[in-house]
Amino acid sequence: MSVVNEISLSQPVKTHRVAEVLSRARELAILAVILVIFAGTTIKSHDFAHLTSIQQLFTNGSLFLLLAVGETMVIVTRNVDLSVGSTLGISAFLVGDYFTHNAHPSLVLAFVIGMGVGAFCGAVIGFIVTVTKVPSLVVSLAALYIIRGILNIIGLGVQIEPTAIPLSFQKIGFESWAGLPWIFLIPVVVTLLVAFSMRSFRPMRELYAIGSNPAAAQLAGVPVARRVFTAFVISGTLAGLGGVLFLSEFATVNATAGTGYELLVVASCVIGGVAIFGGSGTVIGAALGAILLQIINQALVVVNVSPFWDSALAGALILVTVSFDRLLSNRASLALRLKDSAAHGK
Amino acid sequence: MSDVQTVEPILVMKNVSKSFGAVIALADGSIELYPGEAHALLGENGAGKSTLVKIIAGVYQSDGGTYTYDGKARNFRGPHDSQEAGIAVIYQEPTLFDDLNVAENIYLGRQPLRIGRTINRREMRRQARAIFEQLGVDIDPNRKAKGLSVADQQMVEIAKALSKDARVVVMDEPTAALSPEEVRRLFTVVNNLRERGVAILFISHRLEEVFEICQRVTIMRDGAFVRTDLIGDLTINEIVRSMVGRELGLLFPKTEIRAGGEVLRVERLTREGTFYDISFTVNAGEIVGLSGLVGSGRTEIARAIFGIDRYDAGGVYINGAKLKGGSPLRAMHAGIGFVPEDRRQQGLVMDYGIDHNVALASLRRLSRGLFLFRWAEDKLAADWALRLHLKFGKLSDEANTLSGGNQQKVVLAKWLAGQPKLIIVDEPTRGIDVGTKSEVHRIIDELAQSGVAVLMISSELPEVLGMADRVLVMREGRLAATIDRADATQESVMMASTGQV
Amino acid sequence: MGNNTSTTSPDETLLPTEKQHWSFAGRSLFRWESALVLFFIFDLIYGGTSSPDFFSRNTIFFAGINFGLIAIMALPEMLIITTGEIDLSVAAMLGLACSSFGYLFEHHVEVFLAMFLTLCVGAVGGALNGFLVTQLGLPSIAVTIGTLTMFRGLAEVILGTNEVSGFGGPWTDAGTNAIPGTPFAWAFGIFVVLALIYGAVLHFTSTGRSIYAIGLQEEAAFFSGIRVKRIKFNLFLLSGIVCSFVGLLYTYETNTARYDAGTGLELNVVAIVLFGGISIFGGRGTMLGVFLSVIVVGIFDQILSNNNVSSQEQSIVFGVLLLASVILPNAGRGYRAVSKRLGMKSSKTKPTIENAAVISEL
Repeated sequence: MSVVNEISLSQPVKTHRVAEVLSRARELAILAVILVIFAGTTIKSHDFAHLTSIQQLFTNGSLFLLLAVGETMVIVTRNVDLSVGSTLGISAFLVGDYFTHNAHPSLVLAFVIGMGVGAFCGAVIGFIVTVTKVPSLVVSLAALYIIRGILNIIGLGVQIEPTAIPLSFQKIGFESWAGLPWIFLIPVVVTLLVAFSMRSFRPMRELYAIGSNPAAAQLAGVPVARRVFTAFVISGTLAGLGGVLFLSEFATVNATAGTGYELLVVASCVIGGVAIFGGSGTVIGAALGAILLQIINQALVVVNVSPFWDSALAGALILVTVSFDRLLSNRASLALRLKDSAAHGK
Repeated sequence: MSDVQTVEPILVMKNVSKSFGAVIALADGSIELYPGEAHALLGENGAGKSTLVKIIAGVYQSDGGTYTYDGKARNFRGPHDSQEAGIAVIYQEPTLFDDLNVAENIYLGRQPLRIGRTINRREMRRQARAIFEQLGVDIDPNRKAKGLSVADQQMVEIAKALSKDARVVVMDEPTAALSPEEVRRLFTVVNNLRERGVAILFISHRLEEVFEICQRVTIMRDGAFVRTDLIGDLTINEIVRSMVGRELGLLFPKTEIRAGGEVLRVERLTREGTFYDISFTVNAGEIVGLSGLVGSGRTEIARAIFGIDRYDAGGVYINGAKLKGGSPLRAMHAGIGFVPEDRRQQGLVMDYGIDHNVALASLRRLSRGLFLFRWAEDKLAADWALRLHLKFGKLSDEANTLSGGNQQKVVLAKWLAGQPKLIIVDEPTRGIDVGTKSEVHRIIDELAQSGVAVLMISSELPEVLGMADRVLVMREGRLAATIDRADATQESVMMASTGQV
Repeated sequence: MGNNTSTTSPDETLLPTEKQHWSFAGRSLFRWESALVLFFIFDLIYGGTSSPDFFSRNTIFFAGINFGLIAIMALPEMLIITTGEIDLSVAAMLGLACSSFGYLFEHHVEVFLAMFLTLCVGAVGGALNGFLVTQLGLPSIAVTIGTLTMFRGLAEVILGTNEVSGFGGPWTDAGTNAIPGTPFAWAFGIFVVLALIYGAVLHFTSTGRSIYAIGLQEEAAFFSGIRVKRIKFNLFLLSGIVCSFVGLLYTYETNTARYDAGTGLELNVVAIVLFGGISIFGGRGTMLGVFLSVIVVGIFDQILSNNNVSSQEQSIVFGVLLLASVILPNAGRGYRAVSKRLGMKSSKTKPTIENAAVISEL
C-alpha cells in the first residue's frame, strides 16, 4: 500500500501541474509555432520577411482574426455561429451598394451600415436560439443559407467595381500607420479589446460559466439567454466589420464574398484551444489560430512546396491539436484520480 | 436549546403549496428557521423536501401560503433574488463551473472590482483564501474547479455562501458522499456558521448525523408538514414513524437457502487509484452484500467486473472460466447482469418505452434472422411486466413516466430476460418509496432462491444486513472485512468501513 | 402520497388495447412526416401551376440527377446524426474520391481497379473519422471539420487545378441517363434501393434499435451491452465508403474529375437530414422522414430551376425549411412535454435540477 501511495503522491501532482501550465500556455505554443514557421521560411527565402509578404499575411489573416474573435465568444457559451461567412458577405455587399448609390458617401456611415447589418443578423440568430432553444448549429446553418440567398437576390449578377469605391475608403486596405496596415491594425485592436473584456468584465466571465455548466449558471442567477444573445450580436457585428474591411481590401465585391469562411473560422478557434463544447478558450488563442492557418499558406509558397498542400496541412493541424488536447486532459484526469486516492490513503 | 427560540425567526414558511398542473408536489409546507440553529428537514423521497427547498431558493414560486424572510413577505422571482437576500443553497448535484478557477466560482457575478469596473483578480484570490482559512480548508483558489473532490466542491459552495454573508444556508444531503473525516470537518464548519448566527437547514438521510449536529427537526410526509420538535424530544423510532406514517413491517423477505457452487470469483483485482487487491467469490443462490462508504470503491469494482472500466491487474472468473475485461457485451454473454447505481442515466433509456427498454439487452436473441420485430420486444416486455407486477399504462409508455420503483423493475426485467447466472445490483432501492422497496427486495430474494448469484451494493445498512448472506466491507479501495450473516450488525459493518476495527 | 395518475391496476395493463391503436393513429397524424407529405402536395400544386411541363418525365429525371447524389450521402449521415454525432466531411470525401479516381484514370489504371482503390480511399478516410471519434473520444464536429479540410486539401494535392475528363464508357451512361424504361436517373434509383436497405436496418434490426438507443442515452446503451464504439466506428466507415462511391458517380455524371467537386455540399446533406425530422441531438427521426425530405426538397429545387430561380436564391427557401423543421417539432415536443408533466407525471417523481430549468420556463 505504502509503495503505491508514494508513487502516486509524488508523480501525478507534478503531471497535473504540467498539464495546467500547458493548457494555459496554448497561446504561447501557437505563437512559438508561428514564429518558427516565420523564421524557418525567412532563412529559406530572405524575401519572406519582406514587407509585402508580411503585409499580405496581415491583410489575409486579419479578416479571419475578427471572425474568430466573435466566434470564440459564441463557442465559449456552448453554441456555434456558422453564419459568419454569409454575414460578412452581405455586409460587404451592402456597404458597396451604399457607395455606388451615393455621390458623397460618409466613411463613418459605411462602418455603421456594415456593422449594423452584422449586428442585425447576429441578433436574429441569437433571438431564435435563445427563445426556441433550437440548437445554434441548426439555426446558424439555416441563417447561412437564408442570408446568402438574400444576398444572391439583391446582388444577382451585380459586381461592385473598384471605381465605385471612394479612394479614401480603399486606403484602409493598403495604407498603414506606423508601419502597420490599417486593415491589420483594426482587427488587432478589436482582438485585444475583446480579449481584455473577456478577462476583466463580469458579464463576459459569465459567458464561460454558461458554457461550462448551463444548468448551474441558471441556478447561480446568470441571465443565460441575455448573455448568449449578446454573444451572437457581437459575433455578427464583428462579421459585419469584417465585411467592411473585406470591401476596403478588395475594393470589389459580389454575391459570393465570404463563402465557406465559417468552417475555417471554427477551425481557427479549435486550433486556438477553444473547447468546441464551451467553457474554455481565449480570444487571443483563436486569433493566433487564425494567423497560424494563414501563415502556413504563405510559407508553403516560399519553401517551394506546392500551395495545394495548404488545406491538407491545415486539416491535419486541426486533428493533431484536438487529439493532443484530449490526450493531455486524459493524463490530467488519470493523475487526479491517482492523487485523490493517494490523499485518501494517507 | 430554549435560548435559540427567544429571537425572531429569520425565515418562516406557512402552508406553502406548489403544484405542476394536476400534480401536487407540495401540499402544505411549513418551517421556521431561527438564526444560529441547525435545523434538520426530514422525510422520505418524494415527501416534498426538494420542492420546499426550491421555493426557498426562488427556483420555484409557490402557489399558496406565506413565505416570510427577515420579517418581510417574499416571493422570489428567481435564484438571483434569494441570493441577493442572503439565502444560499448547496445542492446535492455539483453546481460548480469546471472551467473556471475556484476563486471565480465563489465570486461569479460579484467579483471584486477596480476602477473602470474591471475585475480585481488579486483581491478576489485574497478574499477566497481568507474564507478558506476561516473554514480551515486548504484549497488553492487559483486551481480550476474541474477535478475537485466532492468534499472540496462542497467547501467551495460553503465558501460561496460565506462570501455572500448568507444568513440562511440550505444543505441538501451534504454528507452523502463524504468520508468520516470530511463529515467531521463539515460539522466543524456548520458549528462555526451557527456561532455567527447563520441559520442552517440540513437535509440528510443519516439520522445519526441529524442527532449529532441539529437542534431542531421538521418532518414532512406526502408533501405536507408533519411536526417540528426539539431533537432531544424525539427518538429515532419516533422520527421514522413520522416520516413513514406507519410502523415498518417486515421489510426484508430473506429466505434461508443453501448456497450452490461458485459462480463468480474475483482474484486480486486492482485498478490503480480506485481499488486494490480485491478477492472474493459469490456462489449460486447466495446474496453477497458489498458495503462501505460512498467512494470506497464499491461501484468501481462492479463496473470493472461488468467490463465498463478496465482493470490493471487480477482477474474475474465466471464458473471458473476467465472473463476478459473491458466489454459489457462479453460480461453479458458470460451470464452477468448489472443493475447500475444511476437508474436515470445508466439503467434506462428514459425516452424509450418499457418495451424497448426491457428488450435492450436481448436485441440479438430477439432477432429473427436479420430482423428484429416490434412484436418480439412487446412479447418479452409484456411477459416480464406481468412477472414483476409492473404498474404501467401501456407498454410503449416512456420510462420517464414511471415511478422510481417501477423504473427499477424495468431495469431488473431487462437483465432477468437474459437469464443471468450472476446479477450485480448497485443501490437497488435508492430513491424508491417504501412499498416498492420491499417488492424489489422480494424479487432479489426470489432470484437467489432460483439459484442466481447476487452481488448487492448498498449504502443502506439495514438493507445489507437484512438481505445478505455475507457482507464484504470496503474501505478506501480495499476489502477491509468479510462478515458472515450471523456476525453482521450495524456496529461491526460500520466499524470495518471506517477502519475502527 | 397522491394517487399515481400514470398507473392503472395491473390486470388492465398487460396487452395493447383497442384504445391504444386509436391513440397511435392519432399521434401519427401529427408527426413531422405528415407535414412533409403536405409539403410534397404543395410541391405538386406549385409545380403544376407554375409550369405546364411540370408533370413530365423530364422533371422527374432532372430532379433525380440533380439531387440523387446529395440524397445518397444523406443516408449514412442520417444514421450518424441519429447516434448523436455528425459527419461534416462527406462532401470533401466526395472531392477526394473524385480526385483519386481522376488521378488513377489519368495514369491509365484499369477502370475497375481504379474504382476499387477509390472506394478504399473512402474507407480509410471514414475509418480515420471513426478512430478519432471513438478511440480518442473527440467531438465529431471538430474531427470532421478537420478531416473536411484535410480531405479537400489532399484532393487538391492529388489533382491540383487539373481537370481530368474523357472517362467515357458504359459508366457514363449510368451517370447521365435514366434507368432504361423509367424516367428515373440512376443516381435516384440507387438512392431508392439504398434507402430501402437503410430503412430496414434502422427500423427492423437490432443494429437500428441500438443506434436509436445510443442517440437517446449513450451511457445506458453502453451499460446494456451495446457496442457503442464499434457501431459508431462502422457508421463513419460506411459514410466514407458511400461518399467515395458518390464521388465516382459524380465523376461520371459530369464526365470530369476536379478537386473541388461538391464543395460545400456537406451543409446541404446535413440540412436534408434535419429537414427529414432527424433530431440533431440524436435518437429521433425515421427513414421515411428523410426519404420524404429528399423528394420534397429535390422536386422543389427542380421547380425553382425550371422557373429560372438561381440555385443560390433557392438557398433561402432551403434555410427557411430547415428552420421550420427544427422549430415546429420542437414546439410540438415542448407542448407534449408540458402536457405530460401536467397530466401524467406522478407526484412522487421529484423535480431535479436538470428539469428545474424546463419547469421554470413554463
